[in-house]
Amino acid sequence: MYRAEVRIGLKKGVADPEGANTHKTLKLLGFEDIREVHTVKLFTLDVDTDSEAAAKDEVERACRRLLANPVIHDYQVTLQKA
Amino acid sequence: MKRDEMRVGVCIIEGSNSEDETAAAFRSLGTNAEVVHLKQLLHQDVPQDEERTLDDYDVFVIGGGFSGGDYIRAGAIFANRIRSSLFDDLKGFVKSGKPVLGVCNGFQVLVELGMLPDLDSQGLSERPEAVLHLNDSDRYECRPTRLKHVNRGTSKITAHIPLGEVRIVPSAHGEGRLLLHPSDPDKTVKTLADNDQIVFTYTDENGNDEVPYPYNPNGAPGGIAGITNRDGNVLGMMPHPERSFWRWQHPDWTRTGGLKKNGPEPGDGHAIFEGVVRYAEKAL
Repeated sequence: MYRAEVRIGLKKGVADPEGANTHKTLKLLGFEDIREVHTVKLFTLDVDTDSEAAAKDEVERACRRLLANPVIHDYQVTLQKA
Repeated sequence: MKRDEMRVGVCIIEGSNSEDETAAAFRSLGTNAEVVHLKQLLHQDVPQDEERTLDDYDVFVIGGGFSGGDYIRAGAIFANRIRSSLFDDLKGFVKSGKPVLGVCNGFQVLVELGMLPDLDSQGLSERPEAVLHLNDSDRYECRPTRLKHVNRGTSKITAHIPLGEVRIVPSAHGEGRLLLHPSDPDKTVKTLADNDQIVFTYTDENGNDEVPYPYNPNGAPGGIAGITNRDGNVLGMMPHPERSFWRWQHPDWTRTGGLKKNGPEPGDGHAIFEGVVRYAEKAL
């Protein structure tokens, strides 16, 4: 079994209203040193296989198929044997 | 095809809404409209007499609101449930020239399905070509919006609406900012405008283009509110025409004819449903 962490982020240049809004609020609270805020979505997927390559392939297909929209999203996958 | 023979399927999954108003709008135009759950089309967990196929319908509609909790992204769950099971059938449906209407969440579903903008005229695609991204305001925006019809002929569903005509149709969404090229908003507008795929844009009381918030509720480049596919038989739009189908649904209905005695007067959203039916009457 492998546990995958999939981090879905917005591509560079895509407006991130949620991040911008959070940043604004943090500034109002006095967090002057925080330069930028970006939001990401994190999924954990447990993949039923003993092969790391197979797990990676399965998760990447899931990203392309459902978890990310390639128009605006980048994704990063990290795998850990569970 | 005659109206009373026309079969309209308003497709839902768990957590859909607005389907009753949408089906009622089509019924009031003389068609046979019914709400159909995706499971009925897949023959899953339904009694035999409730099983349907896409061939049972001449018009396919996905209404809006929400669906499947809008987890992952708005419309992504619904779109991928369709893609996994009805991909070829729906592709055949679209390529045969039958009309498809997607409103709000339905528009998001059609975009996630690759049925819009469908730049290569494939019908449907494995990957989305566009996205309806979070509103610029980072919140749900809900108010009447003014829509200008800007299509010069590609959109067969809105062919009867004069170019430049403005209609009031309510918007209610959190993710409505259409993007094809996220880092280059101008390119999004140019790509769609060059193909004459833009159908409606947000405008103000003076009919201006490129209007700011709050006239444009989501910050979509070029104020794009609705688009069509290359063949002109699929229309996706963020605002809800079923919510201004009758004049009495307009905020100023008592001043604008909603009280006429010879039955309810049509509202500004009426023309969109009428357009779907007229197109199907002619084409099928």
